[in-house]
Amino acid sequence: MSAHPSSHDAAHHDAAHGSTKSYLIGFVLSVVLTLASFGVVMSGKVPHELMMPGIIVFGVAQLIVQLVYFLHMGTSPSQRGNLAIMLFTLLILAIVVVGSLWVLHNMNVNMMHPTSQMVPVE
Amino acid sequence: MFGKLTLDAIPYHEPIVMVTLAAVLLGGLAMLAALTKFRLWGYLWKEWFTSVDHKKIGIMYIIVALVMLLRGFADALMMRLQQATAAADSAGYLPPHHFDQVFTAHGVIMIFFVAMPLITGLMNLVVPLQIGARDVAYPFLNSLSFWLFLSGVFLVMVSLFVGDFAATGWLAYPPLSGLDYSPTVGVDYYIWALQLSGLGTTLSGINFIVTIMKMRTPGMTLMKMPVFTWTALVTNILIVAAFPILTVTLALLTADRYLGMHFFTNDLGGNAMMYVNLIWIWGHPEVYILVLPCFGAYSEIVATFSKKPLFGYKSMVYATSAIGVLSFLVWLHHFFTMGSGANVNAFFGIMTMIISVPTGAKLFNWLFTMYRGRVEMTVPMLWTIGFMVTFVVGGVTGVLMAVPGADFVLHNSVFLIAHFHNVIIGGVVFGCLAAINYWFPKAFGFRLNEAWGKASFWCWLVGFYVAFVPLYILGLKGMTRRMNHYANPDWQPYLIVAAIGAAIIAAGIFCILVQFYVSVRDRKKLTDPSGDPWGGRTLEWSISSPAPFYNFATLPQVRELDQFWEDKQNGVAYVQPAKYEDIHMPRNTGVGVVMGAFGTVLGFALVWHIWWMAAIGLLGMIASFIVRAYDRDVDYWVPAAEVERIERSRHAQLKQFQTTQVAPVAAPQRQKVA
Repeated sequence: MSAHPSSHDAAHHDAAHGSTKSYLIGFVLSVVLTLASFGVVMSGKVPHELMMPGIIVFGVAQLIVQLVYFLHMGTSPSQRGNLAIMLFTLLILAIVVVGSLWVLHNMNVNMMHPTSQMVPVE
Repeated sequence: MFGKLTLDAIPYHEPIVMVTLAAVLLGGLAMLAALTKFRLWGYLWKEWFTSVDHKKIGIMYIIVALVMLLRGFADALMMRLQQATAAADSAGYLPPHHFDQVFTAHGVIMIFFVAMPLITGLMNLVVPLQIGARDVAYPFLNSLSFWLFLSGVFLVMVSLFVGDFAATGWLAYPPLSGLDYSPTVGVDYYIWALQLSGLGTTLSGINFIVTIMKMRTPGMTLMKMPVFTWTALVTNILIVAAFPILTVTLALLTADRYLGMHFFTNDLGGNAMMYVNLIWIWGHPEVYILVLPCFGAYSEIVATFSKKPLFGYKSMVYATSAIGVLSFLVWLHHFFTMGSGANVNAFFGIMTMIISVPTGAKLFNWLFTMYRGRVEMTVPMLWTIGFMVTFVVGGVTGVLMAVPGADFVLHNSVFLIAHFHNVIIGGVVFGCLAAINYWFPKAFGFRLNEAWGKASFWCWLVGFYVAFVPLYILGLKGMTRRMNHYANPDWQPYLIVAAIGAAIIAAGIFCILVQFYVSVRDRKKLTDPSGDPWGGRTLEWSISSPAPFYNFATLPQVRELDQFWEDKQNGVAYVQPAKYEDIHMPRNTGVGVVMGAFGTVLGFALVWHIWWMAAIGLLGMIASFIVRAYDRDVDYWVPAAEVERIERSRHAQLKQFQTTQVAPVAAPQRQKVA
């Protein structure tokens, strides 16, 4: 139910749809990044300890490419609301994940770890 | 066939429960008989249960919340009575397992089924009216949220008479809430009641964010929104960000209890501390979800009854937003003692002290709004002043406990109990009662009785201090929370005083009930013909009381903060438009009720492991939703002639009471406030 269409329909114009060009750029970038991720593992030329960071970097890059080219997230006036919500979501996610890891790691370090004498013998 | 459910689940051997059951059954039967006798079923179904009108849904939320307040308060009285008597050689009258259920039920009910629906109800009632909208963005979803919430209420109430309730405390920490230590269905009732009502809350949160972002009347930019709407916006953002964490945490606990998993057990790699961590990442934003809309209500009330614009509107908005973000950075102060190192505790202690700064800024704003204002000591204003005094005390004790070193002494003591009752009663309960007194005329068309309102305020205020100051003292003396019995006879006098305080609060609740009764009886005398009984500032006071079902015949144009006040000053407040237009409105639907009913079946079946019944409940919910999705007849147009008829009688009434021109207030002049 939309009570007063005049006030907010304007938000659906300009950046809501991309052009053929922008979709193609997004598609090519996605394919390249996907191939790069596979390449990191399958080419055999990347040292083992760089494989995981490589996949993460290319994965996050692809995430951003898809947000920008397919979901049209950006700094244009009509998209600022979406961008703000996205950034807030990322902030909360970061707080929850990093905070929980920090707190629990810290507790784990401070815990008295069970030694062999403390484990009850069945 | 019936899973774990047998006739033994009904606690025949508990006289207290059985007497309550008899009373509930008799009362319920009497009510059903009365509804049938006066042929009210059709009216209730057509006008209320199936309604998607945000005002009616809001009123239903508040009515359920007040009923649940009686239940939760009965639990409080039982605890006070137990602790007043169970010293040294006396065991009191409540056995430990019953006492444990009582304090768990008290906490769960007061937070989830009293405070939350009061807040949601007020936002439903007020937000669309303040932003000049005709309903919320998704009216059906709103109705569904309410009925899902009600199925949670139903499960909690059933747990009293069939099976038992959790005996774990209101946040159900494992390993106590795990299958090993809580083998009965109590924790399962807790889980499913919270999941169902939590789903409703999350959906409400989405609904209100979209409503506030997308449905404001022309000209109302974000910085021209009334403060209550601002606080509602931040609260709903917090709901959408925080409630999924609760849902996931409870789902993991469910996996532990139902599927033999080990997220929070002590063996096989589980970690109970992760539960405490996660539940408080939800739990701390939750207390701000509750208190922010109350801050908004106080802001409206202070400005209205001081006859001045709110001091520091912008700082109020920024303080609210800052609290919104900071509320996600303080959760560890609930478990300083769990074993984190100094760095972690120091960080969260400092963040906790920082979050009190924007709250303090708000307090000064309210004080400066009153300063040199023409303060009218009405009932909402009394609640507001009572809040300011009480909340500062609660805030100070909170900052005291934010010092990790001090918290090691006070953790889990009744000092903590006194602190959070101080902020929740002083902040949320006072705020909701102030708001109910303030917006009641807009909902029903008549004011509430002043004398009984003042009586209830004084009983609550005095009762609060008599009940909780002894707990502050006892906490410093070392009494821990949730004690069914204590050996130290020195504590008993304090606990007797606390019980007397609870009785004074009970008198306050009684006064509220009398206030409702007397006001309905004298509704002709208390009628509000103008729609603006207090000399209000915001848009909801520009329309009739009670508000017409379409809210605004023509959408108001907003150029200023407090547009309605400006219009009254300029003598253009009640200008009738030359012509009216058709109004597009959502149609009532019973699908929300049906989905809520299936949700109740699902929850009850899951509690008792009755799998076929759970399948019926889940499939029923999905099927009703699909049926709704294919229903194309969801809206209708109110013809312009009908709108004109209603508005004409409204303006005729206005003329009759000669309130079309409100005399401009000469002093104090409107100040431009930074």
